[in-house]
Amino acid sequence: MKIKLNIWKQANAKAKGKFEKYELDGVDEEMSFLEMLDSLNEKLIKEGKEPVAYEHDCHEAICGSCSLYINGRPHGPGDVIATCQMHMRSFKDGETITVEPWRAKSFPVLKDLIVDRDAFDKLMAAGGFISIDAGQAPDANANLVSKIDADKAFDAAACIGCGACVAACKNSSAMLFVSAKVSQLALLPQGKIEAKRRALNMVAKMDELGFGSCTNTGACEAECPKGIGIDFIAKLNREYLCASFTEAE
Amino acid sequence: MSKLDAKIPEGPLAEKWTKYKASMKLVSPNNRKKLDIIVVGTGIAGAPAAASLAEMGYNVKVFCFQDSARRAHSVAAQGGINASRNNKNDGDSVYRLFYDMIKGGDFRAREANVYRAAEVSSNIIDQLTAQGVPFAREYGGTLANRTFGGVQVSRTFYAQGQTGQQVLLGGYSALKRQVGLGKVKMFSRRQMLDVVIIDGKARGIITRNLVSGEIERHAAHAVVLATGGYGTIYYLSTLAVQSNGSAAMQAFRKGAFFGNPSFIQIHPTCIPVLNEYQSKLTLMSESLRNDGRIWVPKSKDDKRKPNDIPEEDRDYFLERRYPAFGNLVPRDVASRAAKERCDNGFGVGKTGLAVYLDFSVAVGKQGEKVINGKYGNLFDMYEKITGESPYKTPMMIYPAGHYTMGGLWVDYNLQTTIPGLFAIGEANFSDHGANRLGASSLMQGAGDGYFIAPYTVSNYLADEISTKLPSTDSPEFVEAENSAKALLDKFLSINGTQTATSFHKRLGNIMWNFAGMQRNEEGLKKALGMIADLKKEFWSDLKIPGKTEEINQELEKASRVADFIDLASLIVTDALNRKESCGAHFREESMTEGGEALRIDDQYSFVAAWEYQGEDKEPKLHKEELKFENVEVKVRSYK
Repeated sequence: MKIKLNIWKQANAKAKGKFEKYELDGVDEEMSFLEMLDSLNEKLIKEGKEPVAYEHDCHEAICGSCSLYINGRPHGPGDVIATCQMHMRSFKDGETITVEPWRAKSFPVLKDLIVDRDAFDKLMAAGGFISIDAGQAPDANANLVSKIDADKAFDAAACIGCGACVAACKNSSAMLFVSAKVSQLALLPQGKIEAKRRALNMVAKMDELGFGSCTNTGACEAECPKGIGIDFIAKLNREYLCASFTEAE
Repeated sequence: MSKLDAKIPEGPLAEKWTKYKASMKLVSPNNRKKLDIIVVGTGIAGAPAAASLAEMGYNVKVFCFQDSARRAHSVAAQGGINASRNNKNDGDSVYRLFYDMIKGGDFRAREANVYRAAEVSSNIIDQLTAQGVPFAREYGGTLANRTFGGVQVSRTFYAQGQTGQQVLLGGYSALKRQVGLGKVKMFSRRQMLDVVIIDGKARGIITRNLVSGEIERHAAHAVVLATGGYGTIYYLSTLAVQSNGSAAMQAFRKGAFFGNPSFIQIHPTCIPVLNEYQSKLTLMSESLRNDGRIWVPKSKDDKRKPNDIPEEDRDYFLERRYPAFGNLVPRDVASRAAKERCDNGFGVGKTGLAVYLDFSVAVGKQGEKVINGKYGNLFDMYEKITGESPYKTPMMIYPAGHYTMGGLWVDYNLQTTIPGLFAIGEANFSDHGANRLGASSLMQGAGDGYFIAPYTVSNYLADEISTKLPSTDSPEFVEAENSAKALLDKFLSINGTQTATSFHKRLGNIMWNFAGMQRNEEGLKKALGMIADLKKEFWSDLKIPGKTEEINQELEKASRVADFIDLASLIVTDALNRKESCGAHFREESMTEGGEALRIDDQYSFVAAWEYQGEDKEPKLHKEELKFENVEVKVRSYK
């Protein structure tokens, strides 16, 4: 098949970007979307042109490197899917595909389709952990955890930190990301001890980093490649509210 | 030059580590804050090592090429992590885990290191659970287990099919905590370009800032490499596309010995190659073999759909050949058995290079819901890639390059032959012999990171407390930076016609065809010549667009491919030298009548440690003799 591409090109963080048009022939529908971009780049390099910079690594929807906004959706068409799992069979012959980077104040564009997601790392450093040093751990079966809680914690912990939730949100809110971590750890007995502190610190950091507020549109849930639900945002709100009333910090 | 001394402590096997720990030198807490440590890589070995060293009070600088430490490829490990906790009351013990690994590695690993890995395995589960890793639980609230290949007990802990992600995120969160506390300084988007040696000791690294292109110098009292494996030497592998062997090669060129480079695991259950554009192969966890049965049609020309082929026309070849272990034979055995069937014309799918992995019995007995709970994400992943549901029709799988048992040679302290340069996790060679058992890579990486490196690095640093942090203006740093810069300029100045990826693909083909699942003298010799030719072509016809002072992904690729080309020669040299078959290293000249790997213990019971002798010169072989005092060395049988 033959496709047309409309891709965001931006030389660096300070440069002004714009869309560039490309045409690519001989696209096989068995190709993954990333393999299609690779073949575009191979072609551009051979023609002496600048390739398109974009991030990808594991190709198994687990590393969270992919950050492509395709035809107006983070990770493109399809639900519960990351860019690397998308194949060209999802597109039609002759179709024009528009590819942009994540757009959010907290995720500045570094080049073309690459954004800086360091803000997520900063959020994690603000409280996305249980304070336990190596060597201090009690026996893993000393704290029994109900299967239901463990499974629910796992559902939250499945977040790959790609940032699609922020990109999808009209307010560029990081509530789904933060709520997933806060919920995972608050659901487990070992995480309850610093649950209040964690909720307060991560929410404060989220505001400081310029992420917007949540207005419950559910766009994050709709675009999350791991299907993380906004019920975790409800849990975060509850954790945060309780903590604000009771934690004297 | 460095002498090959494994520094294995004296005493009975089960007491070595405990006694050694008690006699190690310590660094007092007020001295730790005067000492700097560099950790390169943030996977399941690097992140915990960095966090644990920072918790002790050292100043730690951590480097990764990804945009975030959480993306290291350990994140993609699927099935589980082993620990000898005997939670199932099925006779497990530290010794049994040790024995399974020694046997699984086909008697080519060092007893003392393997025993220690088994010994600390239980603590890892405690540590990870305390960090909030949501391991699967039974309804009663206790930890759940499953079984992996090559063993007869149930000792694998798991979090659905995403155990690596959860285990890595545990280490990552510990690392982020230390970043927040100011004890770890994080440098993401950095590519390591060289290790800096001053007065014979590792004292720092040179990196390239992948955003600005700036070349940076970083000094420390010790350097820990946790840079993973080099399975992407085959181009198509289960690894992330950016995984590489460059840090190991930089250390090798600076004098660190490389151990058993040709021991590369080919994983039996991966989604087969579908087309020529493919950039990577996707792993389907070994845990699937708990419930999946592997088969091909009994007749070569059976073109029926798998569900239309009746039971009597199916050949469950693993169950047939290995009744004791069945579908759960170790990976090397399963891979070769699948290759044998396909080579003889029994393969399925468009290419004939695939076998079935069938869940119909398990789905029938246990129901879709239970199977979904165990493998849901894997089934979804398979369906997204192939368009077929494994609940309804058997998966098609084929072996692919996966894990490197080989790596930098280290002693019992996990120190390379360069003092102050440590290698942990998959980056070292030490614990898996010639074949790794499933669910033991997370175990070894985490063990090295949480519970071994913090002790052994401290032991080294105890003699460095009065050493001042070397100046990055010292001639050694200047020289290392200059040669790194010169190399980058050289890539850009070639201005040829072929891309870095096209060279990588061709190298991968050579390696897969001649140094993959089966090897022979003629093919290996041919490969050496082909690699040398490819190298010449690479350095005369490479095309890299752009410049160094910007994000330049092609430049990053080129430097990785350049290292892969040299590493490929090293792998082939090692494979040529070892004329026996053992584990994943299968020399056609050395097999039993039944087609199984045939070791030659009187000649090859050693670790091959290779020493760099200069560009394009054949490396020098050093042998570390393997002594087995606690196990009987015998023919590895899974029948």
